Amino acid sequence: MAGHVENVDTATAWGGGRSPFNATYGKMMMWFFLISDALTFGGFLIALGFAKASAESWPVADEVFFHFPGTHANLPLIYVALMTFILIVSSVTMVLAVEAGHRMDQKGVQKWLGWTVIGGLVFLGSQAWEWSTFIAGPDGLISTWADNATLTNNPYSANGMNPDDVRYTNFFFFVTGFHGFHVFTGVLINFLVFLQVKKGIYQERGHYEMVEKVGLYWHFVDLVWVFVFTFFYLV
Amino acid sequence: MENRDDLIVNDSYATLSNHSEEEGKAIRKKIWQVTLLLSVLTTIEIIMGIYLSSRSASFWPVVKWSFIVMTVVKAFYIVWEFMHLGHEKKSLRRYIIIPYVFFIIYMIFLIIQEGFSVGSHS
Repeated sequence: MAGHVENVDTATAWGGGRSPFNATYGKMMMWFFLISDALTFGGFLIALGFAKASAESWPVADEVFFHFPGTHANLPLIYVALMTFILIVSSVTMVLAVEAGHRMDQKGVQKWLGWTVIGGLVFLGSQAWEWSTFIAGPDGLISTWADNATLTNNPYSANGMNPDDVRYTNFFFFVTGFHGFHVFTGVLINFLVFLQVKKGIYQERGHYEMVEKVGLYWHFVDLVWVFVFTFFYLV
Repeated sequence: MENRDDLIVNDSYATLSNHSEEEGKAIRKKIWQVTLLLSVLTTIEIIMGIYLSSRSASFWPVVKWSFIVMTVVKAFYIVWEFMHLGHEKKSLRRYIIIPYVFFIIYMIFLIIQEGFSVGSHS
């Protein structure tokens, strides 16, 4: 890509006073943060792998997640699939916002970043529905608390599964909850940057790197969901 | 703003990454190609997920590993194209990817191994 490669010999590049990575301080720090965050999520998913490998049996996602708003039909994984697509689309609008920023197209950044915020909000709303459906349990009634899915009760116990084994619900709440919290903060940060774009702050600065940095975070949230989708819902 | 050398140096990297209208066109084309690929892979995953489960499929390990392979391919395209890492300097790329992948593969190996071991003894 234009401008990204400067031909400087190694000694000069690593000699101090410049970034040998051709990246700004802020972008490097965002990558550092994302690596540490990726290790946290990796820890969660590997712990989930441990639980699945050591459990006598584990609920099948098709038999837990088959609800869809407005219908009683049996639609396994369709709702989760919809959520996945919403997040992928919002990742695409984000990368389009970054691209518009590289052309100093203020209106373009505003439009695509706006759609990214909306996509994030739709995802959060979907997750709220997903959680309430999951908590309600197989009887579909959230008001009957005793048979709901909670941290201390697992109404989805599969054949041969120890009824006291609540790891399934715990992993659902912690993995999707931690991811949902990231989506929430991502939407918040995207919205704040959207306001800055609208004010013309980055136009004046001469570059839209802030959009690129929050873009990295937003893509990371999508990236994590790709793994959550596979390891919680599919495998 | 007060005069700070580091910010000027820093800002120059950011302004250097600006690109022209024609370059933008090529980049957008690439973005749509990656979008298509991610959508197709996700659709395949969902269809497989609906019709095949660990309970019904006798060839479950094959299904499981194809899910994992598709996930890694999707992750690669998100990181390489959307997060732009594929277009960064080689040193930065390696600096970010190699330690993470090394640690995570090692951890997966250790923990899953232990998981099967604990499961078989309880």
